[in-house]
Amino acid sequence: MRSGDFKENYISDEAIFPSLFARFWVAALLVFLLVFPFIANNHLLYIANMIGFAVIGAVGLNLLTGFTGQISLGHAAFIGVGAYTSAILVTRYGFSFWLSIPLAGMASALAGALIGIPSLRVKGLYLCIATLASQFIFGFIFVHWESMTKGITGIHIPPPAIGALHFDNERKFYWITLFFVLLGVGYARNLIRSKMGRAFMAVRDRDLAAEIMGINLFRYKLSAFAISSFYAGVTGALLVNFLKVVVPEQFSFMVCIEYLAMVIVGGLGSVIGSVFGAVFMTLVPEVLSVLSDIVKEAAPEMASLIVPFKQVVFGFLIVSFLIFEPRGLVEIWNRIKKFFLLWPFSY
Amino acid sequence: MDFSILLQIVVVGIAAGGVYGLIALGFVLIYKATSILNLAMGEFMTLGAFVCFTALTSLHLPFYIAFIITLAFAVLLGVIIEPLILRPMIGEPVISVVMVTIGLGVILKGLTYMIWGPVYRAFPPIFPPKPLLLGPIVVPSGLLWGFLFAIATMAVFIMIFKFSRTGVAMRAAAFDQQAALSMGVSVRKVFALSWSFGAIAAVISGVVIGNMSGLNIYMGDIGLAVLSVIILGGLDSIGGAILGGFIVGILQNLTGFYIDPLVGGGAKDIAPYVILLLIIMIRPYGLFGKVTIERV
Repeated sequence: MRSGDFKENYISDEAIFPSLFARFWVAALLVFLLVFPFIANNHLLYIANMIGFAVIGAVGLNLLTGFTGQISLGHAAFIGVGAYTSAILVTRYGFSFWLSIPLAGMASALAGALIGIPSLRVKGLYLCIATLASQFIFGFIFVHWESMTKGITGIHIPPPAIGALHFDNERKFYWITLFFVLLGVGYARNLIRSKMGRAFMAVRDRDLAAEIMGINLFRYKLSAFAISSFYAGVTGALLVNFLKVVVPEQFSFMVCIEYLAMVIVGGLGSVIGSVFGAVFMTLVPEVLSVLSDIVKEAAPEMASLIVPFKQVVFGFLIVSFLIFEPRGLVEIWNRIKKFFLLWPFSY
Repeated sequence: MDFSILLQIVVVGIAAGGVYGLIALGFVLIYKATSILNLAMGEFMTLGAFVCFTALTSLHLPFYIAFIITLAFAVLLGVIIEPLILRPMIGEPVISVVMVTIGLGVILKGLTYMIWGPVYRAFPPIFPPKPLLLGPIVVPSGLLWGFLFAIATMAVFIMIFKFSRTGVAMRAAAFDQQAALSMGVSVRKVFALSWSFGAIAAVISGVVIGNMSGLNIYMGDIGLAVLSVIILGGLDSIGGAILGGFIVGILQNLTGFYIDPLVGGGAKDIAPYVILLLIIMIRPYGLFGKVTIERV
């Protein structure tokens, strides 16, 4: 009888899908994702798109914060850089949407590597404060560089197209989002079992020891910032092309907190955890909105309390996860898995 | 260039810097004892200002009683929050501890919003409105009283640390927890107490700022700008926080006067962050912070 999930050689340890169980669920999920746009209504598809963007951004942030241990409170700034790059390239210079996505990613990666420079000198709390400062400086640039970003009025973007096919509604855009989500998650999953991924984790666990073992801190810390920001840039570019408008408020400090919350609630240092976290943290406000509609019907005078109440729930989720389940949703998932794997003797 | 304008800017900067120093002191008091950077400081400020406001307007209490109620509220806040939320985080990675204070801030902001609503309110006048005239220089009354309050609070805190038994225990715990424990200092009590002290500094600055520029739920955003002060002064240096407050206050006012017209406003708000980044690049431990050197 099985008493656990044991690896007997390195090949099985490094496999992308470590068990039959995982393969089955990934296949089931894929089928669901492919069928989903045919059965869902527009509102559900809108949420699905938003979840997709959150997944890409959260996986990117987890590569930096969860795997490399470099805290970033400036993720929204990188999302913003990507968003503005794509918007400006498409509207002003006539680039196609498809070309603007990788270019937006690269612009963000450049910004990320630039902001990552302090990480070579400071770490922990100081890095956290440095990235926070960058967040506010970028926010200032988005608002005040009006000749490029059009300030608080924002830029309107036409929907992307291939030939005569315009991706102008939630259902059509879903396919673009799905493509980039699969690409992003697949890349991250592969990256962490490569040399670079292991180097990231070595830097996180003890940077001095990693340096002694021949890992070039300069190179890997900046790579982590660049890759994470590339993800953020793609998120931003997709987001604003989907919403067809870009304004500075989309990249406020609150967005940084939301992404960090996704990564922490999902589980630091786990790609699948970020996916869980992104889904969870996007769905919670939606569920609360549904609840608030019911409340509005019953007691209209309570309506003004709903916005702050969402905030309180959001903060409460962050705090309670950190205190009661610091390893996040992925740990709950693992416990459930283990329970079924070892059933009926799960101890 | 008119010299008296420059002098005016510097004096107003010093007055504003006193308040910055007070908020920074709140950060430093908590950091020194518990090694936690409390990013919810701004929300402590807002909450304190609103409590004082309610005591003044709804309960019609005289200012000094309202002020004492606010202080008691701050002590309570610290004593409740520290064991409830921060103590379980001891030994967790920095990111988790930072996030828990951010989450705390989000909760407090939401609660403030729920109780008092998003509208802007003017603080009832508590100080005589007469501005101070130093020759050609005018110091607005709000700034002047804020400055005096800040200086008085700092002085009281420094006295407590220098002369009182509790203050000495707190210094001992900050210096070496193990040694302090073995000498009979209750480190738990010290932790809760430093949070209360930090909260006191925050609510006093909240009252002062509310008095100067009115109340709304976003007034706490200034708390993040004050990070530049503590980085400049050194995260764990009380003197550094006070001096850093003055420097940042003056620099910010100078930027506001000289650079704002060039970029169309907003430079004043962003200046602290630029200062912060520069200091982190050049001298991350600040002017008086503890230097930790790590080499391969």
